[in-house]
Amino acid sequence: MDKLSFYGTEISSRLLLGTAQYPSPQVLAEAVRASGAEIVTVSLRRESGRLREGQDFWGLIQGLGCKVLPNTAGCHSVQEAVTTAQMAREVFGTPWVKLEVIGDADTLQPDVFGLVEAAKILSDDGFQVFPYTTADLVAAEKLLEAGCQVLMPWGAPIGTGMGLNDVYALRSLRAHFPDVPLVVDAGIGRPSHAAEAMELGYDAILLNTAVSKAGDPVGMARAFGKAIEAGREGFLAVPIEPRDMAAPSTPVFGRATFG
Amino acid sequence: MKLIVNGSPLEVEAEDLTGALAALDYGDAVVATAVNGAFVPAAARAGRALKDGDRIEIVAPRQGG
Repeated sequence: MDKLSFYGTEISSRLLLGTAQYPSPQVLAEAVRASGAEIVTVSLRRESGRLREGQDFWGLIQGLGCKVLPNTAGCHSVQEAVTTAQMAREVFGTPWVKLEVIGDADTLQPDVFGLVEAAKILSDDGFQVFPYTTADLVAAEKLLEAGCQVLMPWGAPIGTGMGLNDVYALRSLRAHFPDVPLVVDAGIGRPSHAAEAMELGYDAILLNTAVSKAGDPVGMARAFGKAIEAGREGFLAVPIEPRDMAAPSTPVFGRATFG
Repeated sequence: MKLIVNGSPLEVEAEDLTGALAALDYGDAVVATAVNGAFVPAAARAGRALKDGDRIEIVAPRQGG
């Protein structure tokens, strides 16, 4: 496989996997291994001094040997997202942050205005920001100006499994920013959706629900790993253009005639 | 004093954030902290004096997408 890098860190696997909603910690660990993912997303949530639920989880994640990409999931304001990112940098020991600033509770659509503002604050503070954004071209430009060196447009709203809702917009982003690592984040439901995004030339896929809520999360993780590799190889091998008229693939010349 | 810890009002006997974490049984748990919406790094907890009504957030790693 050809190499991909995020902020100078070389990555072999083009699948970034979420760690939420698995039937058990064991299934989560097996799914991560089966997927081949090198990067897993994590979050921060309130911890009780007596229960300390997060400590075992963190031990499990550390045992996987993956890089972690902490998110700011659930943040609806710039201030919340910035504070969460600062806390994540300390706890997880990484400058990486998957920046989410949510603008609408029903669609979980990113608030791109708040996102750009938070991205600028965090980039200036030394963070390496992975912004969860829409497929809006102008928002993407502003995020790059704010210091982002990766863009993560949604395929569809989080958890919907609808796949790529706006292929034209995703294709436009790819064409406008040929040298920026682009990750489709959210909305992927099936391995074919992931393969489609990779065939468009996207560099990687970030998904969670499609694996964790599958009937067999470990089997689905493996399937996504293969689909993403296949999609990437297909992109590099340059697919044919579709056409309206049929064109025989078997040579016409030399066909035997009867009667 | 009365603090709001992770959204719940609690009576905590502590002078500063380090003292509050100890009083609340966090021990050596891996956590990050904020007071009144502002991040407080681990190294600054001992110097972060608390007063009645302060809102403290104490978070730890958790599953995420």
